[in-house]
Amino acid sequence: MQTGGDIPEVPGRPDERDRRRVGVDEWVASHDERLADRAGFGKLGRWIDARVPPWARLLIFAAFAATLPLWMSRGDLFVYGIFTLIYILLGLGLNVVVGYAGLLDLGYVALFGFGAYFYALLDSPKYGLHWPSAVSIPIVVASTALLGLILGVPSRRLLGDYLAIVTLFFGQAFVVFVNAANPRNLTGGPNGLADIDPNDLFGYELVTRKQQYWFILGVVLLVLIGLYFLSESRTGRAWRALREDPLAAEAMSMPVNRLKLLAFAFGAAIAGLTGCLFAAVLTAVTSGNFALPILITIYAVVILGGIGSLTGVVIGAIVINVSFQFLAPENSQTNARILFYGAVILLLALGVKPLWRLALVLAGAVVFGLVAHAIASGISESWTNGVVVEGGRLAHVISEWVIIPTGHQRFANAAYLALIVLVLAVTRIRGWLQTALLIPTVYLTAVVWETSFVEEPAVARWILFGALLVFLMTVRPQGLLGTPRVEIV
Amino acid sequence: MPLSFNAELFIQLLVNGITLGSLYGLIAIGYSMVYGILKLLNFAHGDVYMIGAFAGYAVLSLLGGPLSPNIALAPLILLMFLGAMLVSGLLGVVIERFAYRPLREAPRIAPLISALGVSFFLQNSALLLFGAQFRSYNSFVLGSSNPQFFEPGPLIDPVFTVHNVNIQTVQVLVFVVTIVLMAGLTLFVAKTRVGKAMRATSFDREAAAMMGIDVDRVIASTFFIGSLLAGAAGVMFGLLFSQVFHFMGFLAGLKGFTAAVVGGIGSIPGAMLGGLLVGLAESFAAGYLGGRWSDLTVFAILIVVLLLRPSGLLGTRAIQKV
Repeated sequence: MQTGGDIPEVPGRPDERDRRRVGVDEWVASHDERLADRAGFGKLGRWIDARVPPWARLLIFAAFAATLPLWMSRGDLFVYGIFTLIYILLGLGLNVVVGYAGLLDLGYVALFGFGAYFYALLDSPKYGLHWPSAVSIPIVVASTALLGLILGVPSRRLLGDYLAIVTLFFGQAFVVFVNAANPRNLTGGPNGLADIDPNDLFGYELVTRKQQYWFILGVVLLVLIGLYFLSESRTGRAWRALREDPLAAEAMSMPVNRLKLLAFAFGAAIAGLTGCLFAAVLTAVTSGNFALPILITIYAVVILGGIGSLTGVVIGAIVINVSFQFLAPENSQTNARILFYGAVILLLALGVKPLWRLALVLAGAVVFGLVAHAIASGISESWTNGVVVEGGRLAHVISEWVIIPTGHQRFANAAYLALIVLVLAVTRIRGWLQTALLIPTVYLTAVVWETSFVEEPAVARWILFGALLVFLMTVRPQGLLGTPRVEIV
Repeated sequence: MPLSFNAELFIQLLVNGITLGSLYGLIAIGYSMVYGILKLLNFAHGDVYMIGAFAGYAVLSLLGGPLSPNIALAPLILLMFLGAMLVSGLLGVVIERFAYRPLREAPRIAPLISALGVSFFLQNSALLLFGAQFRSYNSFVLGSSNPQFFEPGPLIDPVFTVHNVNIQTVQVLVFVVTIVLMAGLTLFVAKTRVGKAMRATSFDREAAAMMGIDVDRVIASTFFIGSLLAGAAGVMFGLLFSQVFHFMGFLAGLKGFTAAVVGGIGSIPGAMLGGLLVGLAESFAAGYLGGRWSDLTVFAILIVVLLLRPSGLLGTRAIQKV
C-alpha cells in the first residue's frame, strides 16, 4: 500500500520511519483486518488473498477443472462440471454489475434468457437458420449487451431501489412475454424452442459432453482473465469507487452515468454469452430456465463467495451448484443428507465457541434425541415407525434417533414451524440459554430434514438458498472471501 | 368491424377493475409506508399477503371448511379477516426484526438482497407446508340468490345483475372492507400519537429519534400495519378468486408495488389512487386486449411512469441530500 511515499525523506532523523506514515489513519487502514478476524473464514480468505497470487489461483482452478473429465461419468460431467461452469459465468457477469458497480440488477436472468433464446432462433430448425457459432455468438453477445445498455438507461435517472424494481419487472416481463404473449409463435410459448445446434469451433461441431466441457472451460478461463484485468484497470477501480459512494465518485468528476451503463453492458454481454453456451448444451430452452429461482441461485453464488471477488464467484458457484445438484429430486438423497448434516455441523463449529460448548451442544442433541425418541415410541408405535428415505448405512441410526412418524402429516409442518421459531430465538439470545436452546434446535433440524426436506428436496433447496441470502446479509455481508466495506465516518 | 361502444362490457370491466384496484391499493399501502420510513423496498411484502390468504384459509378450515362452516357467514368472514390480519401483521414485525433491523446501517443493497431472500424463503416454506395445489375458499359455490349472512351455511357468492352487469356480493364486500380499512388507516395516521410518530419518523428519522420517539417501535408498528392490510388483501383475493396458492404473492406484490410507485411512493392516498389505476388498467387490458397482455400492460405502465415521473402522481420529488 502506498503510505505517503512522496513525502521527501529527511536524512538522519531517528523517527524517520514513523514520519512516513503521516496522513495514514491506522485505524481505518486496519479496519478490514479487524472485521475479517471476527469470523473463521475471514482468516482463510485473507490468507488466500495475501499468499496465493491471482495467476496461481487461476492455475489451481484450471488444473482441478481439467481433471474432471478424467474421472467423471458423462452424466456427472454434465450436471457437476458443465453446470458449475455455467454458474461461474453467470456469477461473473452479475459480479460486474452488483459486485463492482454496486447496482442491484434483478433482471439479470432475463438477459441470460434473451441470449439463450436469441441463439436458439439463430441456430435451430425454427427458421432453418444454422449459423456457425463464430457468427451467431458475437451477434447474440453484442445484442444482449445493447439490451443491457437500454435496460441500464433508467439507472441514469433512477436511484438504486427503483433500478432494482425496473429490472425485476423486466425479468418478469421477459418470462411473461416468452411464455404467454409469444407473438407469432416466436418463442414457442410454454414449449420453448428445441433441437438447438451445438456450438461449433469454426465448423467443428462440439457434440460430446467432453468437447462441450472443454470449450466452456476455455471460455470461463478467458472471461476470468479478462475480468481480472478489467477489475484492476482504471474502469474497475472507478466502479468500486462508485459502489462505495456514488456521490463522492461524482464529486471526483467520475463519469458516473457512463460507468453504470458500461457495467450493465459488460454484465449483459457475459449473460448473453452464457445464454449461447447454455442453449447449445441443453439443446432446448424454456422460460422456466430463466425465472426467479435461477436469479436467486445466481445471487447466492455471488454473495456466498463474496461480492466483488472473482475467486469468491468461482468458489460460490462450485458450492452452490454441487448443493443444488445434490438436492435435485431425481438424485439419491444419501449425498444430500451428508451435505446437509455436514453444513449444519460446520455452521455450529463456526458459530459456537469455545470448543467444549460445541461438544456440549452436539452431545446434548444426541441425548435429547434419544430421550425424545423413547418418549414418542412410548406414547404410540406410530410415532416412530416411519421409514427413513434412502438412508443407506445411516438408516438404522437415524430411525433410532429421529422421530419419523407415520400418518401424522401435521407433525412435519409443526416441526418446521418450531424450527423457524427456535432458530430465530437462538439468534437473539446469548449465554447459557442460547446453548440450551441450541440443543433442541439441532435436533429439530434433523427432524425437519428427515420428515419434510427429504420428501421435497427441490423445495428444500430454494428454502435454504433464500435463508442463505438473509443469513449472509445479516451476519457476513461480504461473503466468504469478499472484503468488508471500510466505513469511514 | 362496426365501431360500437359496448357500455355494458365497459361497466363490467370498470366494476372488476375497481375491485381489483382495492386489493392492489391495500398491498400498495404496505410498500408505501415502509418505503416512506425506511427507504426500503420490501420485496417480501407480496409473500406476507400470500401468508395472509393462507391464514384466512386456516381459519376457514378450523371453523368447519368452506362447504359446511360451523358458524354464520358474517362472523365467519369477520374472523377470517381478523385471523389473517393478525398473522400477517405479526409476520411483518418478525421479518423486520430479523431480516431488516440488523441491516439498517448497512449499504442499501444489503437489505434489498435480504428482502429477496425472505420473499423466496416464505414462498417455498408455503410450498412445503401447504403443497403445490390450489386451496379453495369455495366462494364460487352458488348457493341461493338470497345469502343468509347470519345463518350457518356454505360460503356463497351470489351474483346480482344490474342492466346486464354482473356484480358479485363479494365484490361489494371487498370494496366496502377496503373503504373501511383505508378510512381507519387515514384516521390512525392523522389522529393518533403513533400515527404522528410515524409521520415524524418518515420525515426525518434522526430528528425524530432526538425528539424522544422510539424509532424502532415506530418502524415495527409500520410493518405491523402495512402487513396487516396485506393480510386483509390476501383474504379478499381468496374470496374473489376462490383459490389461494403459494405463488400468488409474487405477481400481486409486483402489481401492488406498481400501484405504490404510480401513486407516488411514500404517500398513502397515492397508494390508494395507484391501486385503483393499476386495477382498472389490468381489467381493461384483459377485456379489450386479451388476458395474456394484462400483466405486460401493468409492467409497461410502471416503466413509463418511472421514466416520465419517477415521483409518481401524488409523490413529492425526492431530493438527494448529502
